[in-house]
Amino acid sequence: MNTQAIALHTRLRREARTEGVFRMATKASALLVLVLLVGVIASLIYGSWPALKVFKWSFVTGERWNPVTEVFGALTPLYGTIATSIIALLIAVPLSFGIAVFLTETCPRWLRGPISMAIELLASVPSIVYGIWGLFVLAPILQHSVQPWLIEHLGSLPVLGVLFKGPPFGIGLLTAGIVLAIMVLPFITSVMREVFRMAPLSLKEAAYGLGATQWNVVWDVVLPWSRTGVVGGIMLGLGRALGETMAVTFVIGNAHRISASLLAPSTTISASIANEFAEAVGDLYTSSLFALGLLLFVLTFGVIAAARLLLMRLERNAVRRV
Amino acid sequence: MNMLRRRRIVNVVAFTASTVATGIGLALLCAILWTLLSRGLGALSVSVFTQMTPAPGSSGGLLNAIFGSVVMTLLGILIGAPVGLLAGTYLAEYGRGSRLSTVVRFINDVQLSAPSIIIGMFVYTVVVAQMGHFSAIAGAVALGIIALPVMVRTTEDMLNLVPKSMRDGSAALGAQPWRTITRIVYPAARNGLVTGVLLAIARISGETAPLLFTALNNQFWSGSLNKPMANLPVVIFQFAMSPYKDWQQLAWVGALLITLFVLLLSIIARSISSLFGQHANPGE
Repeated sequence: MNTQAIALHTRLRREARTEGVFRMATKASALLVLVLLVGVIASLIYGSWPALKVFKWSFVTGERWNPVTEVFGALTPLYGTIATSIIALLIAVPLSFGIAVFLTETCPRWLRGPISMAIELLASVPSIVYGIWGLFVLAPILQHSVQPWLIEHLGSLPVLGVLFKGPPFGIGLLTAGIVLAIMVLPFITSVMREVFRMAPLSLKEAAYGLGATQWNVVWDVVLPWSRTGVVGGIMLGLGRALGETMAVTFVIGNAHRISASLLAPSTTISASIANEFAEAVGDLYTSSLFALGLLLFVLTFGVIAAARLLLMRLERNAVRRV
Repeated sequence: MNMLRRRRIVNVVAFTASTVATGIGLALLCAILWTLLSRGLGALSVSVFTQMTPAPGSSGGLLNAIFGSVVMTLLGILIGAPVGLLAGTYLAEYGRGSRLSTVVRFINDVQLSAPSIIIGMFVYTVVVAQMGHFSAIAGAVALGIIALPVMVRTTEDMLNLVPKSMRDGSAALGAQPWRTITRIVYPAARNGLVTGVLLAIARISGETAPLLFTALNNQFWSGSLNKPMANLPVVIFQFAMSPYKDWQQLAWVGALLITLFVLLLSIIARSISSLFGQHANPGE
């Protein structure tokens, strides 16, 4: 009897000890997610310190990027990053909106699954594949048919014309923007589809009852209702576009030069890092690339965090409403 | 009357446009797949799997790159998956509703879409610079860090699907929470957890940017984790950007292999999770 009680007691104690260990392990793993983020920030600041000390604010405003004279300014890659991302959004947002509307309104039920899956597969294609496709398939098409047309017809417009001047290189800001658009399209579509589906049926039915067409319902009822989610989805896409590396590296042309024309080769922050980091000679050069990384981190983290906050608020509201 | 007609026309035009948009989206997927098949299949041969990456001008295969990718992806998953599983368990079980979980969940969601090249720079600083040279283990660590948020997110989602009554039942029998989690909750969520691992593998096996300055590349066979190791993504990058026709050809083969592998994994993962009655979508 007594030995049995002792055996049970030790067993229970062992159970409790394992419980403590397991609990701590899960908590430590969760904390590791935060530690990694802090580590990333610390390593970027540590790495970029020498460059920031030398160039101070002129690192962000400087246009020169010269490894020989060791003068580094991030303005060109920053411009390229933002310009390509804007082009990507201008193309991807209307397309995503159209697809999301099709999937939630027009699409026959049995086709919904397969089409959603096909669009989401676009997100799983590795970015290097987009890069090689962009370079060998898309760029020649643009160079031989689209860009000459743009130059001929839009190049002579009074204000917008400068965007479409110069020879058709095939690679450059516009090409990178188009490739990025294809890459962020599935992410924006998927968020839009989710929030459109959440629109209350009673609201839609009320609008139909007032004589609205299906498009009136989408544009004047569903879209305003899901505004927050749509903005969140677009910003999520923007965050992706800003940080995308390999696909852009293939088609941007890697020229540290700012030109008004969208057809000209340029560079982005991520493409500069990918191209130059392994070969950078000298501490100041490497450190400047780290500073580019820090800039990219601040940019993407800000955009993605804002997007997540919007989407989180939306989720909480949805739960409350139910 | 006129107004009614206008609204009807707008309606038709708008929905036609949305159908066209969907058509464009699908056409893009088909165009990419078609290019890969038409350019990659022609050069696909046995030698791709039996020979090493060649010097320019000579023939060869991708054996060392495929081997390196498999090794580093597996190691990356071995690093990322257990930590992700435990962290996801904390979010769904012990820390449910706590302030720490809210913060971790938010940061994790941000990391899901954060640029992977920055992870490469981080691992370069903490591993490569400390060791003094590029190495396969550095590449695996970078891939593990990228797999982590995918695992955390899917684990939490999947554990949340397990009904509370099952946990209550286990607790009523006197089981400690860890026993409930490992014996009741994990088995109940098994399919979902497998989905998470598959999606994480799919995510990291095509990653290029973080490998550029961690594992670098290696033209020759290397089984050592302590040395630079060849891997498919970086070989594709290097070969595609080269002026040599036979290198570009191999790059297309590599791109085809990697895409088929990743798409197959995603489709399998999605089918498992839809059988499980859940819609896993950590990519959002």
